[in-house]
Amino acid sequence: MTNNRLLPYLLIAPATVFLVLLFVVPLVQTIALAFMDNGVASLTNFRKMAGDLNFGLSIGNTFLLVLAVIPLQICMALVMAMMIQKMDKGRDLVLWIWIIPLGISDLAAGLVWLAILQDRGYVNTVLNMLGLVDGPVNWLSYEAPVSLFVGVVLAEVWRATAIVLVILVAGLQLIPKEYGEAAEIFGAGPWTRFRKITLPLLKPSIQSALILRTVLAFEVFAVVYALSGRNFPVLVGEAYAWQHVNQNNGVAAVYAILVMAISLAATVIYIRALRTPPEMQP
Amino acid sequence: MSEATVSIRLRRVMFWSGVAMLCAWVLVPIYLIALGAFGGRAGVFRWPKNLLPWDSGLAAMQAFLAVEGVWTAAVNGALVACLTMLFSLLLGAPAGYALARYRFAGQDAFRMLVVLTRAFPLAILALPLTVTFIRTGLYDTPLGVALVHTALALPFTALVSSSLFMGIPRELEEAAWIFGCTGLQAFRKIVLPLALPGLAAAAIFSFVISWNEVFAASVLTVRNRTLTAYLLTVLAESPLHFRFAGGFLLILPSVIFIFAVRKYLFAMWGIANR
Repeated sequence: MTNNRLLPYLLIAPATVFLVLLFVVPLVQTIALAFMDNGVASLTNFRKMAGDLNFGLSIGNTFLLVLAVIPLQICMALVMAMMIQKMDKGRDLVLWIWIIPLGISDLAAGLVWLAILQDRGYVNTVLNMLGLVDGPVNWLSYEAPVSLFVGVVLAEVWRATAIVLVILVAGLQLIPKEYGEAAEIFGAGPWTRFRKITLPLLKPSIQSALILRTVLAFEVFAVVYALSGRNFPVLVGEAYAWQHVNQNNGVAAVYAILVMAISLAATVIYIRALRTPPEMQP
Repeated sequence: MSEATVSIRLRRVMFWSGVAMLCAWVLVPIYLIALGAFGGRAGVFRWPKNLLPWDSGLAAMQAFLAVEGVWTAAVNGALVACLTMLFSLLLGAPAGYALARYRFAGQDAFRMLVVLTRAFPLAILALPLTVTFIRTGLYDTPLGVALVHTALALPFTALVSSSLFMGIPRELEEAAWIFGCTGLQAFRKIVLPLALPGLAAAAIFSFVISWNEVFAASVLTVRNRTLTAYLLTVLAESPLHFRFAGGFLLILPSVIFIFAVRKYLFAMWGIANR
């Protein structure tokens, strides 16, 4: 049946063509943009990027953010997922409340925390009621890098823990209950069961949550922008600024390449570090 | 009461207060931006703040919606998101069906292409597209933005629909063929109705992805901004109450949609990550 042999190709053709046009081609174009200057191959864009004052800052800030946010999110989501596992009454309601931020964009999350942390905001109001501050304190200014950083971390953790939670809860549902029960019969306590059974079996889910979140975390931009403008430079924010403010898409492309290289490296590291042998998969 | 029951009770109390605290961690910030959004100019500058909604009213939100460009941007954003939903379903579902039902040479390569997109920050790839889009007339149109957003949503839709179709027994389709249905009829009458709720959930998720995306949308538009892109570009020069109203308006549709598909989310992600 020739018809049947061709059919799968006909079915994947539109998606393939689309992905080539809007993923592979722009990828090649970005690389070309980055390495070209007025039509000649050169490293001018790289030199411009490296010479910029914000470059080192944005790399440092982005890495610091990722290092602070990702472990916090994984731990929080693990705790939340285990709590969900234990619940019988109200499970659906609690789960829904916890995944609400899944629908909230990074820009909106930034604005939410701006409302809370701005100098006449709610944090200062509460601190004032407790008698800890006398008047409005500016937490998000250039002179207060630590509290600004904490603000960005709070907003990111608030917004993006939900996706980790969803992936982990979905992963937990795939683990057969019998394993835990068997371990319990042999006298394993809850902590041992979590460490020796749940965690290893959850590894594939943790891995995909880590990859997804890390790639997205290196793209962080709108949260920071909403909270502080360019007071806290990050990589993608610089790409945006070079494109929009300086009208230089060559340097913007170099930033894009940098973000991509870092994301790819992180993905490879996760895949290697968290490899699960096929016989250990549930 | 024995010591054991006291300790069990104590544990229960601790457990549920932990749950309540985590719920508050999610809900209180949303309540606070709603206060900011409905409090208007007076509310934003009040010090110290009122933590109860006494000085809120609909007037502030109405004023925000009346600002030039806000309403158009909201409509644009919804249009882009609907187009994204449509494209990612039309392109992704057939591919998912092929992955689920057929063995063919190049299958692994295709799956690889789809999975690979996940390791890339796709929105950033909108940078070189500005040039291409200006040349082809797609620049600054909802269609152009929707195409980029489809690239973000398509891999997800393809993988999810592939496993949806895998979950529908092949025997059902074969039975329909035996009773004289053509391949297309069998698909339409048997497979599609069974897959529809899951496909709808995946489509709604594409809507949320597009509605929330900010980088590509603001790089690729100038006048026909989506709401997210519009808010980002006017952020620096707009007053605080305006920003809060915008933030609240961004949150609203997504939260409703997540509520609508909450049952499917876990099945979708459980599947999409295998």
